[in-house]
Amino acid sequence: MMVSGDSRARSISIENVSHGFSSAKSGSVMTLDDVSLEIYECELLSLLGPSGCGKSTLLNIIGGLLRPTSGVVRIGTTEVKGPSPRKLSFVFQDNTLFPWNTISENILVALEFIGVPQAERQARAESALAAVGLQDFAGHYPRQLSGGMKQRASLARSLSLETDIILMDEPFAALDEQTRTFLGEELSVLLSKTKKTIVMVTHSLSEAVFLSDRIAVMTSRPAHIKSIVNIDQPHPRGAEFMSCREFADLRNELYSLLRVEIKRTVGSLSGAAAE
Amino acid sequence: MFAASSWKSISIRIGVLAALLIAWDLAGEAKVVNAVFLPAPRQVVLRLFDLVQTGTLYENLIVTVSEFVMGFGIAASAGMLVGIVIGRSRYATLVFEPFLAALFSIPIIIFLPLFLLYFGLGPASKVAFGAVYGFFPVALSTIGGVAQVDRNYIRVGISMGATESQMFRRIYLPGALPVIGNGLRVGCILCFLAILGAETIAGFSGLGTAIAKSSEAMNTTEMFAYIIFVVALAALLNASLSAVQKRLSPAGGS
Repeated sequence: MMVSGDSRARSISIENVSHGFSSAKSGSVMTLDDVSLEIYECELLSLLGPSGCGKSTLLNIIGGLLRPTSGVVRIGTTEVKGPSPRKLSFVFQDNTLFPWNTISENILVALEFIGVPQAERQARAESALAAVGLQDFAGHYPRQLSGGMKQRASLARSLSLETDIILMDEPFAALDEQTRTFLGEELSVLLSKTKKTIVMVTHSLSEAVFLSDRIAVMTSRPAHIKSIVNIDQPHPRGAEFMSCREFADLRNELYSLLRVEIKRTVGSLSGAAAE
Repeated sequence: MFAASSWKSISIRIGVLAALLIAWDLAGEAKVVNAVFLPAPRQVVLRLFDLVQTGTLYENLIVTVSEFVMGFGIAASAGMLVGIVIGRSRYATLVFEPFLAALFSIPIIIFLPLFLLYFGLGPASKVAFGAVYGFFPVALSTIGGVAQVDRNYIRVGISMGATESQMFRRIYLPGALPVIGNGLRVGCILCFLAILGAETIAGFSGLGTAIAKSSEAMNTTEMFAYIIFVVALAALLNASLSAVQKRLSPAGGS
């Protein structure tokens, strides 16, 4: 869907989305407050904000796993009312590969879930594993793989579903820095080849700058979009990008946007402790 | 195939059994114990061969095994079905799990006369009694197993549009299987013991009934022959369950 005044096609529209919940302890709590955002085709947009601000909540709303209290999310022109497994897939932070299946079987089961004909499943699984360099580990169980390999297998499962949109919830958070950097480079290469729309939740400023085309900086809870930062660097991006001046400037810009929000979050914790 | 430590532990077990048999034999030879109360092992083994040759052991074995297969079949299917239905819902678990646990704590043996009254002295009462005994550990472990399936796996299934049937076959069942396996093992043993006990108390045929009849006739040699056979059968059952449980465990863990 084309947007007037912008030549890029719109993939996801988030329109005035709010989300809240009630708890016996804290009463009514608003996590998201009137969030509006356009996400364009073939871009990687990161959601960046302080801990607990509702980034994952927003991602789950986009993916149809949660309903907003008010507002609407659309994929193209279709309103999201539940999971849309043919249109978008998830890569979660926690290892969500089924431990009782090999990584190849994990992909085959996923293809069964979305209704891919049996005759096509094996070829798609092999292709997805090859795309992430795990073709030699198809018969391995998740416990036999390193953390980085497990996340690549999760990514392969998502790629096999051949959705136009991938939602990633802190996919590298549980990994060490070296593996994160390496996988970040690999993801950048993959992005340049596959032309998918990716929405990624991350806590890492460096990760956001390295991987994203745009970064949506969110406020503390109840969160809304504070600012959008553009990264004008083509994919694939190599490690040399991380050592250039532009990278550092972008990180600093993000931190200065986030600092007051982090202080608000930490400040409220300190205040509660003092009480 | 076996580690040195496995051979060592197997050797120790065989050694202990052999020592017990030798002590038993010597006690008989030295007439330390009255042969009526504790017959010599050689006599017991000969009597066991006799029972095998005449077909008497086989006739009683068939009755007990048939009752066990039917009883445990009912216990396992009903237990897993009830467990899955309850375990899928947190509210249902909160309501029904304590209720089932409380029922399980009642000594079901006190209801045996009712089973005999309702189902008669034949195999039907043994099947029903064994099924009830085996039902509770299976149901309770299934509830626990389903409830502990990692919510992340369920979220993955939902995000991919899995149907209820796919969620059950691909996520809930394999995720809960190790815990369900424990319950099946306990339920299996309890069912077997319950059936043997019921046969001993009131029955026409079966291994338990044969033991009771031998005891009434003061035929301790025959009684011990049956007892040894039942003990060996129980050990074989336990070893089989253990092997099946190992196979049902996931090859990986999260």
